Amino acid sequence: MYPSRFKYETPSTVEEAIGLLHDGGADAKILAGGQSLIPMMKLRFAAPGTIVDINNIPGLDYMRTESDGTFRVGALVRHVDLERATELKDSQPTIAAAAHLVADPIVRTRGTFVGSLCHADPQGDWASCMVALDGSVVAQGPKGRRTIGVDEFVKGPFTTVLAPDELAVEAVVPKAQGVRSGGYLKLERRIGDFATAGVAVAIERNGDVVSRAGIGLTGVGSRTINAEEAAAAVVGQPLTPDTIERAGDLAAAISDPRSDHRGSADYKRHIVATFVTRLLTSMQPTREQSTEERVA
Amino acid sequence: MTLDEVKIGGLGASRRRVEDNRFIRGKGNYVDDVVLPGMLHMEIVRSPLAHARIKKIDISGAYKIPGVRLVMTGEMMAARNLGWMPTLSYDTQAILATDKVRFQGQEVACVIADDPYIARDGCEAIVIEYEPLQPVVNPMQAVAPDAPLIRDDKVNQTDNIVFDWEVGDVIGTDQAFAEADVVSEIDMHYPRSHPSPIEACGSIADYDRSTSKLTVYMTTQAPHIIRAAVSLVAELPEHMIRIISPDLGGGFGNKVPVYPGYVMSILASILLEQPVKWIEDKSGNLISTGFGRDVYLKGQMALRNDGKILGVRMHTDSDHGAFFADAQPSKFKIGLMHSAFACYDIPNAHLTARGYYTNKAPGGVAYRCSFRVTEAMFFQERMVQAAADDLGMDQAEFRRKNFVRDDDFPHRTPFGFLTDSGQYEKCLDVGLEAIGYDDFLKQKEEAAARGRLLGIGISTMTEPLGAGNSREYDILGIKMFDSAELRVHMTGKAILRTGAKTQGQGHETTWAQIVAHELGIPAEDVVVEEGDTDTAPFGMGTYASRSTPVAGAAVSMVSRKIRAKSRKIAAHLLEVSEEDIDWELGRFYVRSAPDRGVTIQECAMAAYSNVPDGMEPGLENNAYYDPPNLTWPFACYIATVEVDPLTGVWDVLRVVAVDDCGVRINPMIVEGQIMGGLTEAYAMANMQFITFDADGNCVGGNYMDYLLPTAWETPGFELHEVVTPCPHHPIGAKGIGECATVGGPAAFVNAVIDALKGTGVRNIDMPLLPDRVYEAVTQHHDVSGAPPVKTD
Repeated sequence: MYPSRFKYETPSTVEEAIGLLHDGGADAKILAGGQSLIPMMKLRFAAPGTIVDINNIPGLDYMRTESDGTFRVGALVRHVDLERATELKDSQPTIAAAAHLVADPIVRTRGTFVGSLCHADPQGDWASCMVALDGSVVAQGPKGRRTIGVDEFVKGPFTTVLAPDELAVEAVVPKAQGVRSGGYLKLERRIGDFATAGVAVAIERNGDVVSRAGIGLTGVGSRTINAEEAAAAVVGQPLTPDTIERAGDLAAAISDPRSDHRGSADYKRHIVATFVTRLLTSMQPTREQSTEERVA
Repeated sequence: MTLDEVKIGGLGASRRRVEDNRFIRGKGNYVDDVVLPGMLHMEIVRSPLAHARIKKIDISGAYKIPGVRLVMTGEMMAARNLGWMPTLSYDTQAILATDKVRFQGQEVACVIADDPYIARDGCEAIVIEYEPLQPVVNPMQAVAPDAPLIRDDKVNQTDNIVFDWEVGDVIGTDQAFAEADVVSEIDMHYPRSHPSPIEACGSIADYDRSTSKLTVYMTTQAPHIIRAAVSLVAELPEHMIRIISPDLGGGFGNKVPVYPGYVMSILASILLEQPVKWIEDKSGNLISTGFGRDVYLKGQMALRNDGKILGVRMHTDSDHGAFFADAQPSKFKIGLMHSAFACYDIPNAHLTARGYYTNKAPGGVAYRCSFRVTEAMFFQERMVQAAADDLGMDQAEFRRKNFVRDDDFPHRTPFGFLTDSGQYEKCLDVGLEAIGYDDFLKQKEEAAARGRLLGIGISTMTEPLGAGNSREYDILGIKMFDSAELRVHMTGKAILRTGAKTQGQGHETTWAQIVAHELGIPAEDVVVEEGDTDTAPFGMGTYASRSTPVAGAAVSMVSRKIRAKSRKIAAHLLEVSEEDIDWELGRFYVRSAPDRGVTIQECAMAAYSNVPDGMEPGLENNAYYDPPNLTWPFACYIATVEVDPLTGVWDVLRVVAVDDCGVRINPMIVEGQIMGGLTEAYAMANMQFITFDADGNCVGGNYMDYLLPTAWETPGFELHEVVTPCPHHPIGAKGIGECATVGGPAAFVNAVIDALKGTGVRNIDMPLLPDRVYEAVTQHHDVSGAPPVKTD
């Protein structure tokens, strides 16, 4: 790897990192997992003047569920940490389903959850999950902290609303209002391939009635797509084949994919509809589940 | 006491690979590991456009960067008569573009600097103005009325056609079609793929003015051919050129041609009188070096209602890119495409082939295959399935009915090859039994009733491996034989050198096993060395599965020469006449008194200390082996799949492989070759291709788009064997390195097409991407994969 010349900084506190970002201006880039930044530097698509490596900052590798159910992921939590956190299967089923589908095992060992959100690749799996979960990013800058909803955080392809001197320190998934189910499906030709299409679904139910739903779409537009109307189609009633099909159709309709060597735009829309349908169908509570939950 | 051959690492021993000792410790010595004093670094500027006139190249910016030593452009090369070089197929190829660029990724300039970072900075500082021209990305566009002339550099070239070629019997074949009850047809594109060795190409040229000697460390599968080519292109005397091919990180055909980067590094070293290292990056390798395939295949089969094949017509349109740089025997313009249908008893066949120039990278190399045999066998096995379906016959039964019989060897194929041996029906039976053919057909029917799509695909084939003989096979006039040189030291240890060049095949392990088999010297006592033209005997290198059939045979033959001399020494030591001596593994003994004997090691010691009067001392020899024929291994691959009709995704359920490669020298290595080949076959069928958009941009020039399968998605393989020794090879071995890559793809494609049986779908072009399969399932028509890829 022969990148252009750059300055390499290793701050040991968040404040120091922000100072370095401030000094470096738009030419400074944060290195967390480096799984996207370093390949881009190798190809010289990116030539940052300063690399601010945050890996030596203690206290950013936490992942915890608060007592109220809020889930927080620090800036240095690797994909593999989420993949191995078996307890997330129940509390964060969308994230648990996506964790083993992110990139490949090598990338997952090093790449970070928050870094993936900041990279804002329309092919990113985590942004779709966070959109489905109504998650947010906590950014810290010279003037303090602010919390930004992921849908607003992602501005477009590879761009976010982060200021050049802001560091995304944490991602937050709000607590569930009901019984949470979720899932993630991705069509890829090979592990680590960019998704032909990916779908994240998260729903919350009170009894059989869906109280909240979110659907995020991967790789079918110039940014992560929040399929709000599709999600709304299943809210306020039990999941039925009709509502599920309608959600699939609406998600396909809001998709804006390109035809390329991974498939035609029509095919990708069809995959979105199919995956939304498959995910929601798998989330229909069985009779036993409904009874159990009612008793509980 | 007779030696146990397997215990001394002879034939049939699954001996661990000797070379792995250094590879698994990270102690391999690849070109990039070689560091010479005063070494400079070269990097190449490549064209971003597929077809464009070069208006201006401004190199002044590069020279402003401290540490940049030399910038070379096509103009400079041309001034030294090095603007163009000959290809392996008697065409010419630009070293650095002069007039125009003819494919995306073509070499336009290069920078030599103190370190590789500066070399890249220098490349970025070069400003090139292009005037875009209309690109041509497939043969149909190449012959369109408004097609631009790609090779306007060639004096007599007025169109984009490289060659027209034919072979076979046109009259007999027409007659067969006139008599046919049924004519079956197929129309396919075998997509461009890339050998994609893990190590890309590279070289270190070291010209020493004081000795006039040029030493080049180079990633090459054929160092001696390179020495000859460099001598001719650079006009340097051959004895002053030393090519060293150190450890290679894979080749698969990619490292046979001469690439511009090699030549540039050599010229730069001559000009600067310092060593110059060029290490290609992976993208450069994928977009500019020898690809495989990219052929349109149109076939017709004349059939009798009872299932007998009467004749075959084949037509190929091959896309060679901007320069005809295929690495193949001179005589055969479309390689050994006419080896198709060799395992079937077909009286008549005719093949026509047309080659085209396009604005794509040159070099239709034999990617893990014996000169287009992969396309030939794919053509054959897809055609056979279509024919069986058209006749309403079971696909296994149809093959069985048309196979060449075991007692019909040697068999002359309709295109004139002479196949040597085989037990085709037995291999098929072993395969069908292993997969549980009848049970699967029942299972398939039951699944269909529940809306599930299961399919089974068979691919059976024999292929020609091990070129020469030298009468018919040459590259640039150099005949295709090979060589071995064996020196037995006085303590009975030995060094063996051959003209082949291992690149993962395990020659260091298996050649020693052949010596052990012939001489009884334990394999561990034989060191094998290849790849240095100053020390190795002349040979044509390793590709086209030719090592074991040719160089391996030479190893046998040279060992036998050593044995013959040792016999004379043994007679001398035992004080009997040579006629009274018999040989058992590792030992000569007196026939009438078997207890009286001498070991091969004792003979070796005597060769240096006690030779009979009149005999030259020493125990070394060489052998040049010109094979009487190619070797003809047989394979039966069977895959079962399930297709998801809602997404077009297909999963492999099982893969059974039955290989008959004759005598197996090292069964473990043979099995490794088969598993590797099946993995590549699965990749080509499922995910892997290099395509181009309408502007001529290469789609697949990086490992995010060009997919190599990982252990994660690669299916498991169940291996079986049948052994039919090759009748003309000294130890009965046949080539095996490529069988699975060659025969495998059709098994997977046939399985998916079988799952779609009844929908009217005859073909989906590889790779069978989910969107293509989905289109076929829902639209009930064939799906073409020909470039340009549709984008928006």
